[in-house]
Amino acid sequence: MQSAVDRKVASSKQSTSQVERHSTLKYPHRLNFYDISPQGDITIEEFETCALDRLRVLAEIESSFARNRPYEELKEVTEKQCSKYLPLASTGAHMVDRDAERRKDHVGHFVLRLAFCRSEELRRRFVKAETTLFRVRYDSDVHSEREAFLNSRDFDWIPVSDEERKQYETELAAASPTSSKETSTRAERYYKVKWTRVPDLVEKRRVFLKGGYAYVPSREQSSIVFQEFQTNLTKALDMTAKALPRLDEDTRIVPILNNLSQGFLAGVSSEWSTAEAGSGDQITAGMVDDLARKHFPMCMRNLHDTLCRDRHLKHFGRLQYGLFLKVLGLSIDEAIAFWRKSFSNIQDDKFNKEYRYNIRHSYGLEGKRANYPAKSCQQILISDQPGSADSHGCPYRHFSGDNLQTALLSMYSGQGLSVADLPEIMATVKAGHYHVACTRVFEITHARQGVKKGEGVGGGESVTHPNQYAAKSRELEKEKDDVDVVMD
Amino acid sequence: MLAFYKRLYPFKSIFNWLNHEHVPTKLFTNREFAFTLQGDVYLRYNSFERADELKKQVCALNPTRFEIGPVYSARPRDKKTVRPANFTAQLRELVFDIDMTDYDAIRTCCAGADICRRCWAFIAAAVRVLDHAIRDNFGYKHLLWVYSGRRGIHLWISDREAMELTDEQRRALVGWLMVIQGGKEMHKKVNVRQGSRTLPPSIKSALDPLATVFGDLILEDQNCFESEEGWKALIQLIPDKAVAESLAAKWGTEPMRSSEDKWDDLKKEVRKFDKGTAKRNALQAAVEDIILQYTYPRLDAEVSKHRNHLLKAPFCVHPKTGRVCVPVDPAAIDSFRPERVPTVSLLLRELDEIAVAPGAGEDAGGEEGTGEHHSDWERTSLKPYVALLDRHVAALMQEVRQAKRAAPTYDASW
Ligand code: SF4
Ligand SMILES: [Zn+2]
Repeated sequence: MQSAVDRKVASSKQSTSQVERHSTLKYPHRLNFYDISPQGDITIEEFETCALDRLRVLAEIESSFARNRPYEELKEVTEKQCSKYLPLASTGAHMVDRDAERRKDHVGHFVLRLAFCRSEELRRRFVKAETTLFRVRYDSDVHSEREAFLNSRDFDWIPVSDEERKQYETELAAASPTSSKETSTRAERYYKVKWTRVPDLVEKRRVFLKGGYAYVPSREQSSIVFQEFQTNLTKALDMTAKALPRLDEDTRIVPILNNLSQGFLAGVSSEWSTAEAGSGDQITAGMVDDLARKHFPMCMRNLHDTLCRDRHLKHFGRLQYGLFLKVLGLSIDEAIAFWRKSFSNIQDDKFNKEYRYNIRHSYGLEGKRANYPAKSCQQILISDQPGSADSHGCPYRHFSGDNLQTALLSMYSGQGLSVADLPEIMATVKAGHYHVACTRVFEITHARQGVKKGEGVGGGESVTHPNQYAAKSRELEKEKDDVDVVMD
Repeated sequence: MLAFYKRLYPFKSIFNWLNHEHVPTKLFTNREFAFTLQGDVYLRYNSFERADELKKQVCALNPTRFEIGPVYSARPRDKKTVRPANFTAQLRELVFDIDMTDYDAIRTCCAGADICRRCWAFIAAAVRVLDHAIRDNFGYKHLLWVYSGRRGIHLWISDREAMELTDEQRRALVGWLMVIQGGKEMHKKVNVRQGSRTLPPSIKSALDPLATVFGDLILEDQNCFESEEGWKALIQLIPDKAVAESLAAKWGTEPMRSSEDKWDDLKKEVRKFDKGTAKRNALQAAVEDIILQYTYPRLDAEVSKHRNHLLKAPFCVHPKTGRVCVPVDPAAIDSFRPERVPTVSLLLRELDEIAVAPGAGEDAGGEEGTGEHHSDWERTSLKPYVALLDRHVAALMQEVRQAKRAAPTYDASW
């Protein structure tokens, strides 16, 4: 322990000035091990927004796992998401309310603990995503601030003495080989920890083991930190799970928690309730068919095709498709025209009696006049499960495997999807990552517009909402047209 | 079988071994026992308050065998009434299973379920390597090796830290020890070198003793490369195409060359390249890997990775061989003879032969505790094996007592 103190002294030289300068911060470090729960009152609103924004980031990390993204790529995608929803400035940053950011980070983490502690599966996934988020931040932390953070905690690592290092010189060199140009074993610093604290290094035989201790080279030190984070969080979640039944009585919180814990299934979408202002031009009834072919995700494409074929859609199908079209930019008059034309087997008075009201209702022109948002992937995937005669839902989830493949080919082969793409898509579906499969299809069918694998609907983001899918698809087309115009 | 359980099975010793103390703790009361009854009926999630309760139940059910599982956070018998979140596997001996069937591709003396004195040498080599690695690398001390009754051996580790390992840590430890990997279709099953060409130190230290085993067992006794199938398997492991081809040509025309001759041929080929050249290094590494592939312990990884894996209790009787699953002293592993392990019929005969001591009546119900027939096994050839377990348990209990004295709250988390 002696030299742990030495180290503190040594490294504090560079960081003292900073620590002093920022000593007024309630959260002195950007990184957080979340040992203590947030203090002070938390409003229900803060409770929910902090959690939702964090969940967006974690859900994107989950999709990255589902997509087997290499770490560097995952890091890039995650950093983009973080800067959007969960920015966390360095201590040295100016003009930023660092405490507010850090409190949001802190509160969000603890709310999600409540949401994700309730089954072993959720706990496991939450721990994995959180540990990854911690790692991404750790890797991007300013060096001196990271040192200061590490010194603020006792990681209980024992520096290996020179004597011992000499004694095991060959073993150490063989266990953790450095590429020849790097520091030799002689110059490398080593720390001893119980091997159980670095199982990942042990599993890959990247350390020397003796008497239950792992000899970790300083360049692998972060492994200890991540492992510690993971172990702590796993334990804390188990405790929360045991304490939770008492919390179940708080009726305001439980529905929020239930909703949050579904975030890993289909990501967290923003609300799409009205047409994006920027998308400009109005859509007319006559344009829908063309748009469907070029820009719709599979769920909407399927509803559209069913409607054309059967000249009818059942209740939930109308609802899912109607709201989607509304948000896409179909005005109420055009909507009535569209549905009137589509239901061509139905007499005028029946249409007016049974359907007109419902369409106007969904536009907030009847009844309680609410502005209903379009359904997100999460809602489509989880609520209102389709019955055997229904066409709503998400095909990636609700179609049988062979039907899904046939449908994929017949809908999208014109846009570049081929049989060779199917195994990858089907494997993702099998693993239960439906919206990731949908994202992959988006990439394939927009490859001609220059979308690359892993880019998703922009910046690596996954599909979380059918309107997001369609909007991005139209945007890409417009960009391309603009380019074409310039070229001319 | 009933008489065996009533009069011979060492319940008291087994209780002490699982419980680490004389007074029942959660280590025993929250421990799962699973019974296999005649006709393959399988009863899981049994648990008992005391050793005599276990004995009573075993005698009532007369199972063909029973298995020991983890210590749960609640009594397994109450599983139906506790919330799933409150019923999780928490502690468990770290266990290993080595089975002769994993050596079928190499051994030439027997196949399948059979085992003879000669192929036991594979198990013996595995025990020596594993026993050393676990003590030296991981620092565990309380290792109990148990003959599985037929063609394999189990290892139970009772150190506190080993008991507490999470599934993730168990997986990591298994990863550390697993050297032989890949199925039937994978020729080269040893792939443990990272970037550099040297072996990881833990494996390197096993190489010297295994080289001796390789000479005695693989080349001489099993003569693994004599048959065409055998030497062709060897050829597959030579990375240098030219060397492999020239050896194949030579051995194809001289079928009588022994395994030792062929091994010498290979080593000569290696020496043809200058020291320090890439080719020489690659071939040298291949030679080491071949030695490992033929002699390094082959583990059934799944058994060790999960806390909730059930494993047959020591001193059960193997249904096919009738042999008792007795503890084995790793120091004497080479002289262990599976065929000399007492069978249940032999033990019962021994019991019949000894004069019936006064008080040891026929219809002992077991109500008065496990001590009733305590002395019976002492008069049979089971004695040295129970004594071995008791010695093992004494060391374990001693350490637990000391730890408790050093930290009076020791028990709290258990
Ligand atoms: S993932 Fe979402 S957008 Fe894609 S098909 Fe399913 S519901 Fe529609
Ligand atoms: Zn044999």
